[in-house]
Amino acid sequence: MRGVLADIDRWQQSGHRVALARVVGVIGSGPREAGATMAVNDEGEVAGSVSGGCVEGAVVAEALEVLTESRPRLCTFGYSDEEAFAVGLTCGGTIKVFVEPLDW
Amino acid sequence: MSELFAVLRDCLRADEPVALATVIEVSGDAGGDAAPPGAVPSLGAKVLLRHGQGALGTLGGPELDRAVIDDLRDALESGVTADRHYGWQGQARGTSVTVFIEAFNPPPRMVIFGAVDFTKALVRVAKVLGYRVTVCDARPVFATRARFPDADEVVVDWPDRYLARAGARLGPGDAVCVLTHDAKFDVPAIVGALATQVGYIGAMGSRRTKEDRAQRLREAGVSEGELARLMAPIGLDIGARTPEQTAVAICAEIIAVRSGRATVLPLRDASGPIHRAPSGRPVGVPFGL
Repeated sequence: MRGVLADIDRWQQSGHRVALARVVGVIGSGPREAGATMAVNDEGEVAGSVSGGCVEGAVVAEALEVLTESRPRLCTFGYSDEEAFAVGLTCGGTIKVFVEPLDW
Repeated sequence: MSELFAVLRDCLRADEPVALATVIEVSGDAGGDAAPPGAVPSLGAKVLLRHGQGALGTLGGPELDRAVIDDLRDALESGVTADRHYGWQGQARGTSVTVFIEAFNPPPRMVIFGAVDFTKALVRVAKVLGYRVTVCDARPVFATRARFPDADEVVVDWPDRYLARAGARLGPGDAVCVLTHDAKFDVPAIVGALATQVGYIGAMGSRRTKEDRAQRLREAGVSEGELARLMAPIGLDIGARTPEQTAVAICAEIIAVRSGRATVLPLRDASGPIHRAPSGRPVGVPFGL
């Protein structure tokens, strides 16, 4: 969270809306621990990360939807062997990411 | 808008411990455990707790709030981040509400004794790792801001006097590195550090220096058990020569000690889970990131 504060300040000061995505659970192998945070603004700019880069693209898409709907959601990303084009972690683990508008 | 976040942000900037609870999952019909009217918390509802202060925010009901605030208090104490499950009214064995309890720990501290060239490199690497770094040396000519612009604090004082003053705030996540190369500073620095709860104490010097120093420490009343806490010569054996390489070797050792690795191997030559927890210790967020 500390690492994204400066970007959030800057975005909010210039009138952007911001979504926060936080890792809230890691099952098995995972690159980042619970608490890892990524912030996304309403133009899709990103600060921080929630994985080693495997799911960040998908989290940006979720964050933009969350900003549109103004409703939080819990997303699960796992190993994607069944759906070849689904977003997944290559390491075989599962992470849960809570994505919410920063309106609190 | 953004009131709780503003408090959280200010706490993080002030390195003040703070814990945040967020409702991340609300189950509709877990085992027929229907919610009493008005008891369903909203997704994203929050309670924030600062050390020694009343909680801010609500998850929607006083019973659930009470249970969560108890767990926030534990999280502030332990520094552990985890999700927890509750019944609609905060029942410990319930599963209806999942709350993510995040402990934001203050950054770990590193105290470096000896304002030498190796210190400059160690400050830089420690800052990359998120440490609050203090450089302490009794010689005012060397312990200057200009020489250590990246340090959070540069103190001109004797190590034992500095530790008598500031040692109480050092804990298991913190580190003391003694780089003075001079027994008259080394010994009081190590004796002072051994009197604290600091998790890592390392001292630079050759193997021969290490033996001489150990003898002086014994003469100063340090027990064999206390000597076993001392990592000397400091750092992992990665063949480091330059100050920068040595700083990496020292920080790698600190990470290994902190995560409970008794021996360090290339991952290629080891087995088992890469992110395994140190035995007997909970998995937390080590650097409060």
